Amino acid sequence: MTMAETYQTPDGRTIGGQVMEMKNITLRFGGVKAITDISFDIREGEIRAIIGPNGAGKSSMLNVMNGFYHPQEGEVWFHGKKRGPMKPHQIAKQGIARTFQNIALFSGMSTLDNIMTGRLTHMKTGILKQAMWWGPAEKEETENREVVEKVIDFLEIQSIRKTPVGRLPYGLQKRVELGRALAAEPKLLLLDEPMAGMNVEEKEDMSRFILDVNDEFGTTIALIEHDMGVVMDIADRVVVMDYGKKIGDGSPDEVRNNQDVIDAYLGVAHD
Amino acid sequence: MTSGPTPTGELNTIPRLLARNASVYGDKPAYREKEFGIWQSWTWRQVAEEINALALGLLDMGLAEGDHVAIIGRNRPYFYWAMVAVQSCGAVPVPLYRDAVAEEMAYVLDHCSARFVVAEDQEQVDKVLEVQDQLPVLEQVIYLDPRGMRKYDRTKLHDYKDIQAKGRASGLQADLDARLAKQDFDTTCVMLYTSGTTGRPKGVVLSNRNIVKSGQAASEFDNLRVDDRVLAYLPMAWVGDFIFTVGQGYWTGFCVACPESPDTMQADLREIGPTYFFAPPRYFEGLLTNVMIRMEDASPMKQRMFKKYMDFAREVGPKLLDGKPVTFGERMKYALGNILVYGPLKNTLGLSRTRVGYTAGEAIGPEIFDFYRSLGINLKQLYGQTEASVFVTVQPDGEVRADTVGVPAPGVELKISDTGEVFYRSPGAFVEYYKNPESTADTKDAEGWVATGDAGFIEKDSGHLRIIDRAKDVGKMADGNMFAPKYVENKLKFYPNILEAVVFGNNREKCCAFINIDLSSVGNWAERNNIAYSSYQELAGHPQVLATVQEHVEAVNKSVAEDEMLSGCQIHRFCILHKQLDADDGELTRTQKVRRRIIEDKFKDIIDALYDGSEKISTETEVTYEDGRKGSIKATLELRDAKVFPTAAQRIAAE
Repeated sequence: MTMAETYQTPDGRTIGGQVMEMKNITLRFGGVKAITDISFDIREGEIRAIIGPNGAGKSSMLNVMNGFYHPQEGEVWFHGKKRGPMKPHQIAKQGIARTFQNIALFSGMSTLDNIMTGRLTHMKTGILKQAMWWGPAEKEETENREVVEKVIDFLEIQSIRKTPVGRLPYGLQKRVELGRALAAEPKLLLLDEPMAGMNVEEKEDMSRFILDVNDEFGTTIALIEHDMGVVMDIADRVVVMDYGKKIGDGSPDEVRNNQDVIDAYLGVAHD
Repeated sequence: MTSGPTPTGELNTIPRLLARNASVYGDKPAYREKEFGIWQSWTWRQVAEEINALALGLLDMGLAEGDHVAIIGRNRPYFYWAMVAVQSCGAVPVPLYRDAVAEEMAYVLDHCSARFVVAEDQEQVDKVLEVQDQLPVLEQVIYLDPRGMRKYDRTKLHDYKDIQAKGRASGLQADLDARLAKQDFDTTCVMLYTSGTTGRPKGVVLSNRNIVKSGQAASEFDNLRVDDRVLAYLPMAWVGDFIFTVGQGYWTGFCVACPESPDTMQADLREIGPTYFFAPPRYFEGLLTNVMIRMEDASPMKQRMFKKYMDFAREVGPKLLDGKPVTFGERMKYALGNILVYGPLKNTLGLSRTRVGYTAGEAIGPEIFDFYRSLGINLKQLYGQTEASVFVTVQPDGEVRADTVGVPAPGVELKISDTGEVFYRSPGAFVEYYKNPESTADTKDAEGWVATGDAGFIEKDSGHLRIIDRAKDVGKMADGNMFAPKYVENKLKFYPNILEAVVFGNNREKCCAFINIDLSSVGNWAERNNIAYSSYQELAGHPQVLATVQEHVEAVNKSVAEDEMLSGCQIHRFCILHKQLDADDGELTRTQKVRRRIIEDKFKDIIDALYDGSEKISTETEVTYEDGRKGSIKATLELRDAKVFPTAAQRIAAE
């Protein structure tokens, strides 16, 4: 791990050293190459976007980042350590939280309980003590509930605290999912299309929450998003993927003016 | 008119009431607020300390006596404290509507020359900062919630809690005490801006005398106690909220609870179970609609039980509340109904504990009013305005009716002028309109009589006041009878099918009306009866809809006929308009009030057709779409005759 240098964003935040570095990642599913030789890094406190047309390999990339997929070639460095293949409980405990492209909440459970599941990795008492609500288990639940209530307050979803999430509109479900990820107090937050299927107002709300999470808690965020306007507004740096390859990387302005990116998005005559 | 102990000497300002509460009720809860899912509470002693700290902090920042401090936020204890802290410094709090846009705020902030602003969060701070160039005297902004403002310039911006901390360390207690000692009944307590349906908002200056005396009189009238509790959820800039939570709250020492967020009000209401509750008619209306919709989804058994007991309650409930004779059998049946239906329903509504409930601001539909009273909720009406520190008339227990607004409140004198306008004189009558002596002189005369701008009369038998209409809308019919359009329109609007009605008849022989149907309610009916329609226009022209509306109009005529003074206002002919009246087309104000002049000009052809007796009219009207484009709609409207009823006087003559 090198490069401890920092940089300054146009709005005056200081972005720190590397949190995660992807080195020459290649991911194959049988004969299909989902990702080919991609390298980039994510730095402390920044909002890093990954964009690209459908099927570019963005979600696969996110799965590599949180350790769900292990790439056939290349290295993933997280907090200065090279990461090998991991078991599910190790993946859960490394401090990376994520939301999903297709909402993955427990639809029969209330908002509160759903967000509470985000605290699971912070619970230390045994299942028996928890079931009996005894001694340290009670104290632990109170502490965790406090964190969850702060998340609820932060996301302004007090009015749906007790509502089963299956009954909530799509935009609010997305917010609850963000809440669950935040409850885990992650070092790195991965958002898979947090604004897909939302109307303009919901997108504005979600953008504000993402910026506020970054601002208030200093959380490092990597997000996949299709809405170019949103990405260009909130991201500090953008990686552009197309057909599993990286075709651009840099500030929103640099990416916007990159000819390969324009071609990928607007299409180009193949002759 | 004042009886009992008068708040002279000691208890003549809000800060002194606070000091009394802190020493007498020190350990009783003064404020509650739900935060992080739990009700947090503060005792009177803690509140006195918080307010004192903030007042010291404000002194430290240089707040001068007589300064105006704008307060922009939703109902939270911190803003109520800020108001009293500002008063303690001898300055004047000016609460603003938090949903006002920046330009509206700029007008008020400029008009009251606010040097300090206390704002809730980033949203409100942004609005103030957006217009600060227009506000040369604005110096400091204090915010409560720092979220999102990490990168803001701090030279003008301060955290509420930092100000309190600085206050505690300032050592200015002696100065603050000196300022507190100087205040009396005549010190300005608060300045509230009227909503301004006509022209610019006006700043109503209310003194400590106004607030303390009104709070005292109203608390004694309804026998409020220190263990009562209220939920503060109405805008802080509205006089009612100030009187209920500060005026009455500080006089009585009861506990004010603040909801977690505006959206959780209904749930918080259930948890708090207020004993004293105020809501505008549309709140009660919405709640009732909700109950009815949910009942339609309930099991047939429950529906039958609900219907049976509600029908019974409508008969007996109001009598029980008014202490009228009820048979033993009826009492037993009501008690059973209470266990099975009324109790659980009241609990769901959050009104189980409500001893006194008020509604005001607009006319309330008699069915809605009776529904709540039949459940055993003591819902009453009052009539008031900002200039009166709310109370002009109130309904005493046992004399509650849907069509009057009650008898003069304690200490209030009432008179009706020759033109029919209601005047009052009371300890709560405002001092003046800020920086507006002409308006003050127009409204309040040298003897202290204040014009309400409403026309009304006092019923001979009961002494109750009845409000007819805005004085400027009341006219005369060709035969000299009184013409009060709103009185009739309100009766029409009580029907869920009718959204809006406009009655014409000033200087004419007969009255005619335009009707707008309520698309959601009539649309729901159409769906259930398999009536297909593609637009408002098509549904409005449906013969069955016309027939239903005709029934409503005739029912209204029948009830209008029974009124001695207004029986001439029966509707002879009506039509259902082919478009909904809309603020975008200038037909309504932004607050959804009818603009008669404009409607009269715009639909002149239809009005003429109503009066010349034709049965159909083809018309074309320009409309503005939401994106600003203009278009026009053509329609052929059916004009209908409605049955009118002989008036009381005519009936006697005929006999």
